[in-house]
Amino acid sequence: MNTRQMRYGPLPVERVDVAVIGGGVVGAAVARALSAYELSVALVEARADVGDGTSKANTAILHTGFDAKPGTLESRLVRRGYELLGDYATTTGIPVERTGAVLVAWTEEELAALPGLAAKAAENGYERCEIVDAEEVYRQVPALAPGALGGLTVPDESIICPWTTTLAFATEALSRGTYLLFNTRVEGVEPPSGTAGDAADTVLRTSRGTLRAGWVVNAAGLGSDVIDGLFGHTRFTVTPRRGELFVFDKLARPLVNRIVLPVPSSRGKGVLVSPTIYGNVMLGPTAEDRDDRTDTSTSEHGFGFLLEKGRKLMPALLEEEVTASYAGLRAATEHGDYQVFLDAGQRYLVLGGIRSTGLTSAMAVAEHALGLLGEAGLRLDAKATLPDPPRMPNIGEAFPRPYQRADLIAEDPAYGTAVCFCERVTEGEIRDALASPIPPADIDGLRRRTRALMGRCQGFFCGAEVEGRLRAGVARENREYREHGEHGETEQTGEAQ
Amino acid sequence: MSGTNGVAPDVTTESPDVAVVGAGPSGLTAARELAASGLDVLVLDREWEAGGIPRHSDHTGYGLRDLHRVMNGPAYARLLAERAVEAGARVRTSAMVTGWAGERSLDVTTPEGRIRVDARAVVLATGARERPRTARLVPGDRPPGVMNTGQLQNLVHLHHREVGTRAVIVGAELVSWSAALTLREAGCRTVLMTTEHPHAESYAAFSVPGRAVLRVPVATRTRVTRIIGHYAVEAVEVEDLATGARRTVPCDTVIFTGDWIPDHELARAAGLDIDPGSKGPLVDNALRTSRPGVFAVGNLVHPVDTADIAALDGHHVARHVRDYLAGVLPQGPGIPLRVEAPFTWVSPGLVRPGAGKPPRERILLWSAEQRLVARVEVTQDGRRIARRTLPWPVSPGRVFRVPSSLLSGADPHGGPITIALA
Repeated sequence: MNTRQMRYGPLPVERVDVAVIGGGVVGAAVARALSAYELSVALVEARADVGDGTSKANTAILHTGFDAKPGTLESRLVRRGYELLGDYATTTGIPVERTGAVLVAWTEEELAALPGLAAKAAENGYERCEIVDAEEVYRQVPALAPGALGGLTVPDESIICPWTTTLAFATEALSRGTYLLFNTRVEGVEPPSGTAGDAADTVLRTSRGTLRAGWVVNAAGLGSDVIDGLFGHTRFTVTPRRGELFVFDKLARPLVNRIVLPVPSSRGKGVLVSPTIYGNVMLGPTAEDRDDRTDTSTSEHGFGFLLEKGRKLMPALLEEEVTASYAGLRAATEHGDYQVFLDAGQRYLVLGGIRSTGLTSAMAVAEHALGLLGEAGLRLDAKATLPDPPRMPNIGEAFPRPYQRADLIAEDPAYGTAVCFCERVTEGEIRDALASPIPPADIDGLRRRTRALMGRCQGFFCGAEVEGRLRAGVARENREYREHGEHGETEQTGEAQ
Repeated sequence: MSGTNGVAPDVTTESPDVAVVGAGPSGLTAARELAASGLDVLVLDREWEAGGIPRHSDHTGYGLRDLHRVMNGPAYARLLAERAVEAGARVRTSAMVTGWAGERSLDVTTPEGRIRVDARAVVLATGARERPRTARLVPGDRPPGVMNTGQLQNLVHLHHREVGTRAVIVGAELVSWSAALTLREAGCRTVLMTTEHPHAESYAAFSVPGRAVLRVPVATRTRVTRIIGHYAVEAVEVEDLATGARRTVPCDTVIFTGDWIPDHELARAAGLDIDPGSKGPLVDNALRTSRPGVFAVGNLVHPVDTADIAALDGHHVARHVRDYLAGVLPQGPGIPLRVEAPFTWVSPGLVRPGAGKPPRERILLWSAEQRLVARVEVTQDGRRIARRTLPWPVSPGRVFRVPSSLLSGADPHGGPITIALA
């Protein structure tokens, strides 16, 4: 039980050196990076969990950055982030599959665009793209609909688990002493009124009380322009871009062994077909500008569009059942690049306009952010020792899962007791998630940590059982909170772990 | 995979005569009959107790055709499990078959470890489930409170938990009324039932405990077009298919019923021939699949018929499994059975001359539409071999049964047989 991440009640801390607003993949990466230094850090998140906004609903691709706009910050940070996250995934056990990708050209116009794309990839520092003929495209993706004219391969494009990534960053940040302030919505900001002492602090008025911070990093994703506005800036506007996706049954997985990307063309943006790290196949996303920053509903026209695209791309895919459909909102802005600005006077950094590439670039964004903060005067003294990075549970299909591991089951029969049958999630994994440093707050949180209820039956068999276990776990957590509260303790674990 | 010290951890191997996958009515009945004839039978079920779906279907109507009595679901489930064990079958629960290790060899995860089951014959009895909201492509918000009947009955009957107070039930077939009963028991009012068909299919059939008690409004020719409510269900949007008019119906619970799909993962993983209509493994009159020694029974091959009919598949398959083990099961090609609309599937999908009659001497069909007069026509190679008007209607949402004697005029060396409505 770690009271640095209490979900309810008054804030466990009054002042921190750095407050990071937004517990998405970027905010979690920044908090993790900051907490390697002698700084008190708080990750301030409006929702009850990390990665519960835009970060949970993206296309889950580890991008090489081959198609970024050359010369942009995004291009540079995606390239760098690809390497950093790839290594970090190996260290912490974040599921990654090096599937590779192929862009498929269906028209002469698209075919003609391929050399330009290869040149652009080279400009972005990625040299391994190769133009291939139709025969090679069909060799790589036999289930593709007829009519492909050629393609461009991107052998290093990969798939990754976005949920484990965010959770790993936050878990490590927590183990390094970061406060995870959930259910804490920033409602008002008083920028520093002076340059020394309390006057140099920013006061954040939140739904759980006041937090003072020496420095503030805005990684609020869809809300980053609003927070930026609270600091008095009008630099960019986030227009939520809704992307709807279908996730097809695992039985479809043999159809798609690599990411199949559209060629950007005058026909507009196409959709991709991609294997998922959990053994499914994904089709999407749509792209539709919205006003409502909370509306993640799916739509009839979105479904219609996906079905039409799917039929053209890979008819065999539509023979399989749809296991899940969801919609994510991308934090798109009117600008073609990430919106990163440091205001040294305000001791304030905004990391805005970070679109779906943010999953790949997050660690590089954090590295970049620390550089900017350091230059602006934030003192960065490395901690003498740091806890080991966390080892995350494997919820991907690339490596053996607990139900397959005779060694684990022999040590603990709970890993041999399947609870969620479709996804083969065991009692042991659910128990572990409920007892983990950042336990799930709700059924979605449990799903993101274990895959429970993610499968084709959607709860027909195990929904009641899984929900019962979650309730028991959450009730236990709340009881512990209350007991801690009664004893007046505010923290107990930290750097010494 | 290697163990902690680099040595492959022990995987226990079991070698029963017959492995039965699934301890529902069909699997348990097959196990009982096979064990009673002296075979070593191992039943594997992933749930913590045997019995299958009837375990949480706490209403009466079970056991009529197989046990010649009427009992409620949980009692029926217990009795079938007891009888299988009494006959000598080993029933292993919390045992999840995760894949195939060979033609008739299964990988199993249990709390006691990973097991390999090398059987001489395998009976797949994995049943069926209702398509969830996602597979039906119903858009909108994704709040909790949207579920299938299976989850509802699990919640209420096995976990004794509350559901909401106002429910909309999608579907108006047998299982939908079962859901309505469960909701009533949980103190939740069904404010609307919707069906895309012009009739509430099983209204008349659901005489026990009777329509008078439930008094549920049914909107026919109606489909649910959207779920509304970010954190909890607030309403559903429904469309009148005749006029295209839409309205919202306030509710806090949505139950998606029926629209069955077999739990066919193992059948697909084995590469068995799959019936394109039912999506279950293609079986013949002896309930054998396309892989020698692998049989399939129950709602896996006819999603779905009642539990007693599934159980009688288990009874039927036992003899053929014994014949297979004795090496006397007749071989030879089968004649494909096909259907024309409004039928969507037929089971069995193959008739193998010499393999005897199908279970209960019935051919089972599923229809997308209602026909009050069922004039059945059977043709082969352009020749009509039977035509008969059956005294029961064709209704969507329930199996339509045709006497197998209608196929007796088929040419054993002829082409596919087609069943249609004249």
